[in-house]
Parts: sequence; structure tokens; C-alpha cells
Amino acid sequence: MTTGFFTDTTVCIGCKACEVACKEWNGLPDDGFVFSGMSYDNTLSLGASTWRHVSFIERPAAISTNTTGVGDFSWLMMSDVCKHCESAACLEVCPTGSIVRTEFDSVFIQPDICNGCGMCVAACPFGVVDRREDDGRAWKCTFCYDRQKDGFTPACAQACPTESIQFGDLDELKEHARARVEDLHARGLHDAYLYGVDAESTPGTGGLNAFFLLVDEPEVYNLPPDPVSSTKKVGRSWRTMGLAAAGLLVAAIASVAADRR
Amino acid sequence: MAECHPVGFQWVMEAKKRGAKVIHVDPRFTRTSAMADLHIPIRVGTDIAFLGGLVRYVIENDRYFKEYVTSYTNAAVLVSDDFVDTEDLDGLFSGWDSDSGSYKKESWAYANGEPRPDAPRDDTLQDPRCVFQIVRRHFSRYTPEMIEEICGIPQDLFLAAAEMLSSNSGRDRTAAFCYAVGWTQHTVGVQYIRTASILQLLLGNIGRPGGGILALRGHASIQGSTDVPTLYNILPGYLPMPKADQDVDLESYIDANKAEAGWWTEFPKYIVSMLKAWFGDAATPENGFCFDHLPRLTGDHSHQTTVADMADGSVSGYFVMGENPVVGSMHGSLQRKGLRELDWLVVRDFAPTETAEFWRASPEITGSEIRPEDIKTEVFFFPCAAHTEKDGTFTNTQRLLQWHEAAIEPPGDCRSELHFMYHLGLRMKDLYRSSRRKRDRPIKDLTWDYPTKGPHGEPDANAVLGEINGWSVDDRTPLSSFTELKDDGSTAAGVWIYTGSFAGGVNQTARRRPGDEQTWVAPEWGWAWPANRRILYNRASADPEGRPWSDRKRYVWWDETEKRWTGEDVPDFIADRPPDYEPAADAEGLATIGGRDAFIMQVDGRGWLFAPTGLLDGPLPTHYEPHESVVPNALYGQQCNPARMEWRRRDNPYHRAFDDPRYPYVLTTYRVTEHHTAGPMSRWLSWLSELMPEMFCEVSPELAAEKGLRNGEWATVTTARAQIESRVLVTERMPSLKIRGRTVHQIGLPYHWGTVGLIKGDSANDLISFVADPNVSIQESKALTGNIEPGRNKSRYKGLAPDEPILDVDHPARDLPVVGHRTGGSHGLVGGEGHEGDKS
Repeated sequence: MTTGFFTDTTVCIGCKACEVACKEWNGLPDDGFVFSGMSYDNTLSLGASTWRHVSFIERPAAISTNTTGVGDFSWLMMSDVCKHCESAACLEVCPTGSIVRTEFDSVFIQPDICNGCGMCVAACPFGVVDRREDDGRAWKCTFCYDRQKDGFTPACAQACPTESIQFGDLDELKEHARARVEDLHARGLHDAYLYGVDAESTPGTGGLNAFFLLVDEPEVYNLPPDPVSSTKKVGRSWRTMGLAAAGLLVAAIASVAADRR
Repeated sequence: MAECHPVGFQWVMEAKKRGAKVIHVDPRFTRTSAMADLHIPIRVGTDIAFLGGLVRYVIENDRYFKEYVTSYTNAAVLVSDDFVDTEDLDGLFSGWDSDSGSYKKESWAYANGEPRPDAPRDDTLQDPRCVFQIVRRHFSRYTPEMIEEICGIPQDLFLAAAEMLSSNSGRDRTAAFCYAVGWTQHTVGVQYIRTASILQLLLGNIGRPGGGILALRGHASIQGSTDVPTLYNILPGYLPMPKADQDVDLESYIDANKAEAGWWTEFPKYIVSMLKAWFGDAATPENGFCFDHLPRLTGDHSHQTTVADMADGSVSGYFVMGENPVVGSMHGSLQRKGLRELDWLVVRDFAPTETAEFWRASPEITGSEIRPEDIKTEVFFFPCAAHTEKDGTFTNTQRLLQWHEAAIEPPGDCRSELHFMYHLGLRMKDLYRSSRRKRDRPIKDLTWDYPTKGPHGEPDANAVLGEINGWSVDDRTPLSSFTELKDDGSTAAGVWIYTGSFAGGVNQTARRRPGDEQTWVAPEWGWAWPANRRILYNRASADPEGRPWSDRKRYVWWDETEKRWTGEDVPDFIADRPPDYEPAADAEGLATIGGRDAFIMQVDGRGWLFAPTGLLDGPLPTHYEPHESVVPNALYGQQCNPARMEWRRRDNPYHRAFDDPRYPYVLTTYRVTEHHTAGPMSRWLSWLSELMPEMFCEVSPELAAEKGLRNGEWATVTTARAQIESRVLVTERMPSLKIRGRTVHQIGLPYHWGTVGLIKGDSANDLISFVADPNVSIQESKALTGNIEPGRNKSRYKGLAPDEPILDVDHPARDLPVVGHRTGGSHGLVGGEGHEGDKS
């Protein structure tokens, strides 16, 4: 069965229970105790030891359905996570076969095989995969593979009090998410849309198994507007490189020819 | 609510999904505001003006629920001719006594004296002496224009809230208020809640599904700790603590507290059953059921008074269990001074707290003002078990008791509070075993025989709940309801309101039937006091004839064929009392409760818009400025609550009432989601510490520009009590407000940090003075004044700022002349004046 995450940012209250539940279940270390000054976000990004991360965006624009006395302002919160791309660059570039696709259609790094080459880090279009400084290996969200094997919900979704993080059968989640968008539109929140729900909207990754409901441009949430799996560019890269080599060759011949003259 | 009660907030989100509107009133834009349909920034300390404005709106625009108001509230009752309102006395009610510094309350009575069911009334609500007209006149100047001037709330926002609230109240709809210490921690804290009560009664939102006023408690079982109290002035089940001067024996105590009408006529049954639970066979009718064994109140022993007494050296020992007053309570340096004067201190907590470590890790020590070797206090630290390591109940704000079972044994020397208290009691009893002195009888007579289990002799929490529930004395049959309690010593019950929690000898609080297997009220999930009733005063969910107000809001109603009250919940009424029952003139006890007296605990059966008794600072809420403010009171010459408690001591300096040039900004304190209160439960956890690693303040971009504060860098915040440093967060979420043509800057201060833990930082509560509401002695920590400067704290004195004047309470005047001359009231007013605090 393909399982997925649907993260509905319109009901995220930024409690960070997902971040803590993830760290607790997976035994992840802290990121250090540093005050960032970036709203209420002090862990700042997904990384080797932060596999769920809640962003806080103080946006100088109101949510159309809400009224506030602080003017054109809203505070957007989003719990970010590995997207478990349908077309996953990290998996495709991994030279050791450490990164595999599981029976839940999630993307999983086997830590005992990872040799820390870091190719996946560069390949990920979302900047999700990260190497840990102490052991050099690559780490990211496992989609709680161990919990799913035993029939449990991933820790983050289990801890979320407002059902901002929903877990389940991917097709059902998509259906549910589309209904939610329609509902929000009916309530007047016309900015609501789904990010990464299918291959049509995110062809570069063939859709995302962890997709989101957003109310502003992806960039506002620090998400790429058009994520493209780096391996999709391999053919083009080779072509470009071939052209460049040919060009260099022509230039070399030309320069030699010119010299002879 | 999303900020401090994220798990409870899921139900707000659930309601929102079903179409509920959420209004959030808060000085800052919080996680709750982000989810609210309407967020209203407000100047801290002005909520009575805001709510009073809503009361005026509801009355003047005819939006109140007329039939509910006339039937179930005291709106129609005529008040004594002697009553004079604050509108006529420039901010004082009639009865102010400048000699005692408190109110004489006789003039607040009904026209025929003490509140009674037969008080004279005018059901047309037109008589100028009726409560409704008095309330109307009292709030007549709380107009949208005035609200804007006082609270800084633009009129269109105020009117939007008023309309949203009014249109969601009535026969077919209800609205609920949720509040927390942002409402209570003021010198007018109790009156904040009173204003909400008036509003909700006018709108018909009490005793009905989806209505009510919900206190979001700060800890998992704070409701439980008032029910089975850790408070000095009440016994379990809200029975008053006996007073030394008047309650000389059981008879006089009962005389003073048994009501003439209404449910409190049952009072003797509750106190006698409690005494039987405490003293067992030793409690007999002949000895007044050992009433003399109870301690007596000799005065105010509330937290601040006790700490001031500690600082004056008159308290020798102090138990601190699961609390961290050095960080969590007001005025940390005075708290620590108090601790330094003790002989001994016992702290029980998960991890070392600032309270336990005050002798070596406090600002005074690191600032070299005090040396640890000069502190005489002997400190005992006991590690405690977590809730996952012990059995017991949590009582939540809905009065719902939920049982939790120990999942694992506590590690090492960690023990539960139950274990500690039980074994301490056993040792005490052992020490006094051979004593023949009369004064030691309470310890000797105390029943203290709970079965234990496990390797460490853990008392059986079920047995304790069984005793709280109560039994019939002769055969120990568990009681199933407090209506079975007797005043002849044949029943014993530790806490009468919890009787029924162990009905049938079964722990009812441990029930966990899933919601989809029972009705929507879910009566078989846990157990709610009293009588497993989920909504109090639910007789008011039906109209005077006993029919639901509307089909949509049907909850409890009179079944004419069965001749009984029935419905979704346990009816909060005498089950077979018909709606048309009128008590006879000579009725006594429960027979005095009429068929329409929905508020059965009240002596007159009605919800009180006007409170003729019970409050020390007025029968109606009035807008007073906080003890320390930046502006004068726009409504009255009286600046502050005249009956507030002050501690005039050298070590508790106050700022001027307003316009203090040294302290031009408003300060307010609060929590953030990432930490729990004073921090012992979160600052030792890396996963929580990294989320909010340093003390910070929140300021508006305008204030940042004015003072040169830079986001992410340091600032020093100062009051006359302390000087602390913090990181700076410059944000639109902490808006500066326009008040009467001037800009009022508010500085937000989360109070979670201290001197021990994985992460450390200065404590915001060090900035706060001892000053309190007179009714319940709660401190004013949500509204005060202070100053801010960029940069780190350069003061060598990290605690009390050294060069402050001792007192600056009267300039400019915060009280009318008649109040300023007060000498101190019976409620402990001016608690520290007689004995000078600072001995150094």
C-alpha cells in the first residue's frame, strides 16, 4: 500500500509536537541551543537531526477570511518533512544502494549501507537530506518505517493535535485533500491549493507522497515552486556537456588552424 | 489557548471545522490569533472595559436573551436604596471605609436585606433600583468610543466582536468564553471573571451546551488542587476553612456557613462527613466530630503574605512540591530573600529547580551580593515520580476526573507525592504515639490506614479515592451520590463533591468507553463532579416551563409523562421537582428551591448580574487601571482597585501610578508552547530546550526604532524590583497601540527561564511586585510598567535594582483622597507595612 502525509497548513498551530515526537521516537540529538531571532523558529530547517521542522512565516498580508487588529499581517505555520518523491533523485543517485523504496512507497536510507558520499544531499531538490557531522552519513525522515511495519501511525502524525498532519492511504488522502480545498474555497479562502499532490502539478518529481495545503506561493514556505529531480536533467546535462566538448574541440582545432596560417 | 493549551485547542479547531467563529483578544498576536476569525489586540489590564463595553452593547442594542434573563438571573431584583454606584462616586462604590481600607458591604444588599428567594422584584425591568437598570447605568459610559480610548481597540473591531458574539447567542446558538491567567492575574482578577459572567448571563450562555466560561488551568490538575485544595482558606469541596475568631465550635461554624435557602442548606452533611473521613471512630456527635482538631484561620496566609513573613523571619519551614516559586511566582528576589530566612526548605521535583538551588545559583549569588556560606537555610531535595510513574487522577477544567495508571516504576529514589505524604504521616504518628497532650490529638486521631503495594510501600491510590468518595460508616458500603450523605456521623466522605466517583466500589474515573460507543455527551468517559454532570446549572438549558429553548440546543428538559427531569446529561436539579413548583413561605432546606431556580447553589436560585455578597471590591466590575500603568483612568478619579492588597516594604518598591518617567512602557508576561511554566519540566529536556533556547522579549518595530533595539540582539528590561536581560524579537505580533493620541508600547516577556537547567536565562517574574486582588490574593503579573534599553545587563546587582527609591506609591495619586488614607483592611491589605521588611 502507498501511504502518505497530507499536511494541511491552515490548521497548523505551530505547537512543534511533530518535531518533538519525531526526535523522541527516532532518538535524534538536539540541534544546539541557539536563539535565531527568526520568529518562533529556532531549529531553522530540516537536517540530519531534524526530520520534521515547523516554519513560522510572519507575512505582511492578511488571510482573506480572517480579521486582525495588527493590520495586513498573518502568521503562517507549516510542518515540513521529506516529500518521499515519486521520482526520488536521492534514491536514483545513491551509488551504494543504501536508499531504497519501501513497500509503503516511501524513500528510506539504510544507515548500515550508507557510506556518506553525500550525493543524495546534492541531488535532493528540496534540500531535505543532510549529513551528520559526527558519523558523516546521510539522514532524513524514515516515514517511521519501523512504526508502519508494526501498523502504527508515524510519530509526527500521531502527535499532531489539530490533524494538520494526516497520514494514511495516499489516494484517500488526495481525495480528502481536494475536498478540503473545495471546502476552504467555499468558505472564501480562495488562496488555498495543494502542493505536490500529483504528477501534473509537480512533474519534476512525479508528485509527492508527502504533499501540502498552502495559502501562498511555495517560496513563502521555503519550498521550490517547481521542484525537479536532478536526475531528470541527466540527459540534458549529457547533451550540454557533449555540445560543450564539441565546441571546445572546434575551438581547439580552429586555434591550431589559425596558428598554422 | 493554542499557545498554552495546544492539545485542548484541537477541539476549537474541530468546532471551527463545523463553522464556529473564533474571536481572540490578546495584547499580542499568538498562535491562537493565527487561527482566529477575529483577533483584537488590547492594552493589557483593560479587559473589564472591553467586556463592559460588550455588556453595554448587548443591553443598549436589545441583544440580550430576555426570557432567560428575567427567569434565571437576578435582573429584576430590587437593590437597597443605600447602594451608590461608581458612576456617582468617581470610582468608588458606597460603603468605602477609609479607616479599615475596605468596603462595608451592607449597602450592596437587596432591598429587603440579605439575598433571599423572596426579594422584591420588577419583572418589567424598568424600576431604576432593579439590578438590570443598575447594570445598565453602571456600564452606560463604556461606549465603543470609550473602549477605543481605554483599550486601544478600534471601534470597527470592537463592533465586529460585539456583533459576532451577539449573533451567536440566543435560543438557537450559544457562545463560550475561554480564559486563563491573562484574565486572573490582576488586582481586579476576580472582577474580570465577573464581567464575563454578567455578559454570558445576559446572552443566556450559562448552563447550556456550547456555552459557559471555561478556565484554562495552567497545569494538568489545577482544578483538582482547588477541589481537594492546596489553598489555605478552604477545606475539600469548597467548605470554608474555620476562622479562629468566630468558628469556636461545629455549631457556630455551621451557623455561619449553612444557607437559609438553596443547596447550601445541605452544608452540615458535608462537613460532618468530611470529619468522619478524617478522624474515623474518634469523631463523635459528643465531640463535634472532632471539629476542634481542624486548624483555624487567624488571618491572611496567602502566598505573598507568607513569603513576606518568611523574609521577615517569622516562618521556619517551607514545603515546595511540584512548584518553582523563585521563577514562577512574582518578585523572585523577594522570594529568594524569604527562602534565605528559613530554617529548612523541602523541595520535591523532577529536577533541581531554582527554588531548590537558590543558595548557590541565584542572581544574588552570581552578583556577589550574598555568599552561600552566609545562608542558614537547610535544603532538602526529594526527587519525585512523574505522572507516568504513579496512579491517580487528573481533574480538568470541565471538572472531569480522569484516572491514569503507573506505566513504569519511578527510577531510583523518586517517589510519588502520595508516597511522600503517607509515609511522612506515618512517621509523624509514630513520633506522637506516646503523647498525652490535647494539641497532639489531631495527629493521633487522624485515620491513616491506606493499603500499600510494591517494594517501596506505595499507598493504593484507589483506596484514597475510595475514602474521598466516601462510605456508610457501619458497613463501609461505597456511596454513590452526595445526596446520600448524612449529618449524624453515619456517613464518611473526604470530598463531598467527589462522592460518586467510586460508586459501587468501582473506580468511575478510570472509564474509557470510546466516544463512538456512547452518546455525544460521553458520560462514560472518566467521571465529572458533581454526580457525573458535564454541564453545571443545566436546568437553564430548558425554558421556565421545562422545554428545551430550541431543538438545536436541547440538553435537559422536564418529562411531563414521567414527571422527571431528563435529557442528554445528568440534570442539575432536583429530579422530580416540577417547573411550576413554588416553595411555601415556611419552606426549609431543599424545599426552598423553586422549579425555576436554575442556579441551585445560589441562595436565591438565580445567576447574579449584581453580586450582593461574596466580593470585597464591589458588587459590579469596574474598570480600574493596573497598579502600575502608563495612563490615568479615563473613567474615574479612582485610578486603581481601592481594595487591592499592597505590601509596602523597602524590598517591594512600586512605580508611580502612571506617567512614571523612569518606566514608560507596559510589560506583560506569558508562556509559550515550547516550555511549561517555570521550566523544570522543559528546560532539562534537549528537545524542548532547542525549540526556545533563550529568554527573549517581544517588541514592536516602532519601539525597536525608538530605543534602538535590534532583532536577535540583547536588551535589558528594568523595573524597581529587578533588572533582567533578554534577547530581542522585533515583531508586528506585539503591536504598539494608540491610546488617547499617544502611542503605548507593550513589551512581551515569556517567564520560563531561570538559573539552572540545560538552558538558562533571566526570569521575567523577577520584575513583578507583590500586589494583589483582595478576593483571592492573586498577584498582578500580567500588567505592569518598566523600561527597556538595548544591550546586556551591566548592573552588578542582578537582583533588586539598588538605587531605586523605597516607595513611590502616591505620586501621582492612584487613589482618591478618601482611599489614600486607608490604614489596612481585614483582608490583609498593606500586608507588610507594620513590620519593616528590609533589615539589611
